[in-house]
Amino acid sequence: MEIVLAIMIGFLYAAGIYMILRRSLVKLILGIIILGNGANLLIFLLGRISKGRPPIIAGDLKVFAEAYADPIPQALILTAIVISFGLQSFAIILIKRVYKVVKTDDLDEMNAIDQDS
Amino acid sequence: MLIAVLLGFVFSLLLVVAGKFFRGKPAILSAIIPLSLFVYFSGFINEVSGGGVIRQSFKWVPSFGVNLGFTLDGLSLLFSLMITGIGFLVFVYTSTYLKGHEYLDRFYGYLSMFMASMLGLVLSDNMISLFVFWELTSISSFFLIGFNNKSEASRKSAITALAVTGLGGMSLLAGALILGSVGGTYTISELLNSNQVIADSPYYIPIVIFMFGAAFTKSAQFPFHFWLPGSMLAPTPVSTYLHSATMVKAGIYLLMRFTPILGNTEFWNSTLLIVGAITMVYAAIHALFRKDLKGILAYSTISALGILVFLIGQGTEKALLAAALFIVVHALYKATLFLVTGIIDLQTQTRDVTVLRGLRKVMLPVAIAGFLAAISSAGIPPTVGFLGKELTYESTLALISMPVLWIALILITKILLLYAGFVAGISPFVGKLPEQFANTKKPGMLLWLPPMILAVTGIGFGIFPALVEPIVFPVVTAMGESLGNEHLKLWHGFNTVLWLSIATIAIGTVLYFILKPSQKLVESAERFEFLSPKALTTVGWAYFNKVSSLWTRIFQNGYLRNYVSTIVVFLIGLAGYSLYQTAKFDLDLSTLNEITLYEMAVVAMMFSSIFFVVFTKSRLTAVASMGVMGLSICLLFVFYSAPDLAMTQFSIDTLTVILFVLVLYRLPRYLKLSDYRTRIKDGIISLAFGSIITVLILEVLASPVDKTISKYYAENAYVLAKGKNVVNVILVDFRGSDTFMEISVLAIAAIGVYALLKLHLKETDQH
Repeated sequence: MEIVLAIMIGFLYAAGIYMILRRSLVKLILGIIILGNGANLLIFLLGRISKGRPPIIAGDLKVFAEAYADPIPQALILTAIVISFGLQSFAIILIKRVYKVVKTDDLDEMNAIDQDS
Repeated sequence: MLIAVLLGFVFSLLLVVAGKFFRGKPAILSAIIPLSLFVYFSGFINEVSGGGVIRQSFKWVPSFGVNLGFTLDGLSLLFSLMITGIGFLVFVYTSTYLKGHEYLDRFYGYLSMFMASMLGLVLSDNMISLFVFWELTSISSFFLIGFNNKSEASRKSAITALAVTGLGGMSLLAGALILGSVGGTYTISELLNSNQVIADSPYYIPIVIFMFGAAFTKSAQFPFHFWLPGSMLAPTPVSTYLHSATMVKAGIYLLMRFTPILGNTEFWNSTLLIVGAITMVYAAIHALFRKDLKGILAYSTISALGILVFLIGQGTEKALLAAALFIVVHALYKATLFLVTGIIDLQTQTRDVTVLRGLRKVMLPVAIAGFLAAISSAGIPPTVGFLGKELTYESTLALISMPVLWIALILITKILLLYAGFVAGISPFVGKLPEQFANTKKPGMLLWLPPMILAVTGIGFGIFPALVEPIVFPVVTAMGESLGNEHLKLWHGFNTVLWLSIATIAIGTVLYFILKPSQKLVESAERFEFLSPKALTTVGWAYFNKVSSLWTRIFQNGYLRNYVSTIVVFLIGLAGYSLYQTAKFDLDLSTLNEITLYEMAVVAMMFSSIFFVVFTKSRLTAVASMGVMGLSICLLFVFYSAPDLAMTQFSIDTLTVILFVLVLYRLPRYLKLSDYRTRIKDGIISLAFGSIITVLILEVLASPVDKTISKYYAENAYVLAKGKNVVNVILVDFRGSDTFMEISVLAIAAIGVYALLKLHLKETDQH
């Protein structure tokens, strides 16, 4: 299964980079989101995956009685998801504003606008 | 000594706040600073000429072995006296020369900053602090040369000077670093003990080349000399102080300082001899083809610097003594001539020697100073210039290889310099006063007194050579040579040296009467201008500019996707190469999770969502696919024991989709802007990058994993933090402050979003 996931993450990265290389601002944002998803899964997979063993101490035990999934990647990814939401929401609103002001979605044309003013 | 060095810096800082006060009459008060420093350093003459060396050291960056060490030996003392003594006269002179200038305070600030850096340079006993002060002199001279910052030519020459001397500074740093690592210390006085080690080291030649690079640029040696005539656009006090007496001698100082450490090898001596000889002859000939007084003086200064390098290259104690004496001689007469030129320029508004005549009638004291300086530069007895010239001839005659060639070169140089000195110091004052200058105002005493003092000192040293001995002899001692019972005297009897002197004076004087500077001569020299190092460098710089703008256009073109693709392609190359070298592909399949149907279904959903996001033409489809992608990831988290992640992903993903949909109709249409070829190219780049990532993951999965930290958290989650969900405990307890920061970031993002939503632009701001 790991191999399948590795290939899938590779595709996520490829799609993310491809979208970032587009001229459209909206696609750029989507690309960043896809790349973020890919990175999250990458960290998750590299922490080794296991089924049915959430890192939650069961019942009235004080320590784990049996094997558990690695909690650190999970904590890292949780932070990453939340932070990337901050980025995404800001970026989405920003495109909206930019589009309203410069009336274009094309990054190349935005360059030209910058030079004119 | 630290205070002595810092005084100038403190004063220039003081001028930042108290500038207004010094702009008016009190400007002359600032001359107290160089005067008091001059008196302070004079107090050491006795001790140093008795062989004493005063050392002080302060820890600066002890971890790098950089101490703020100061040494006052004969060499440093000579330069310190020149810097403060001539500095004092220049400060006095400036108060009248630039009277009422709106930036007079600024000028004094730069001037005292320069003086302090120069003092630091000659007193430093540590190569790193030497370098720092060296650069400070370049920087302060940049401001001084570009002082008339409204003139384009002046700004340009300031930049040229900074570029050339700054390049030399880099060279000095490089040389100092290699020398420091070879010699095991950055302290100059300690390096003296390891000169044999250094000379035998394979790095000897690079060290010497770097040191020469520094010295030749600063001291305007061929082919780096061209910045000096250019910097004559600076106000005359600057030309006097920096470009004749002190800064240009910094390179000479460097050579002299390192003579005991690096000198006395074939490479050292012959390079200096050849470069010095080329410079002195080349520049002296150039001086013939100038009619601007300052131009003549600039080229004769370069020529004199060439003589100094030539003398240091000879390396004998006689030659070093001649060099030390010539430094004094040259500083005295050249500073005088510059100051005289400044007065002429100020009173008559011209520096053209073909026009200037008979000025003695309106400025007699100036004429006397100019005359005295001219005969000192000519080496006519009883001036100190005569002593200097005699010694120069004497040491050159004693050269072992090709003495005839060298003596011929130095003879030509001296004759031409005599001519230049006469043209600058005598010709403006003799003859009939033209009508246009009849009403020239008499210069004030504060203007003519400084050059007069210098000129008279030159004569005084000539008549009483014993006065200059205590300053000049310790210089040679400081360079590790002993002089025995040598004494300077005017009369040596009839010998070759005397005949050479007589020949110089005779031919030079004849030349002065035959050859008059004229427009024709200037023009004839300009025809060859395109071959000069300056012109060649200008062409070189133009090409350099072209290459760098091409470079910038390629790599810094302002298109985000080009930056990204450059970075990604580079990363693919680097990571791909490294993976190609090390990848083993020995993943143990038995340790992996097996593939189940429901997982495959989720993966299939992922792939289709990726496909739709990339290839759809509709915004709505793209956003919906993003939602599908997020929820699939959510499912993967559920499968692989990460319930918290699944919940977070679920809520965040929903929010993102909602946000997208909310603004969707305000968004532009989802167009394909790139052409087919670009898309293919980007597709290949992205797929290559994706493959690299996949291979990377597989490689990492094949290598062992360290779980020490996870184990610590898992074992202590309940014991220390009383929580059973380890992920939550990590976030809110073990790494609580990180989470706190994260909340702040989110809050800032939220404020940003809110502000952007509420922002109402006025019509005028929109375009």
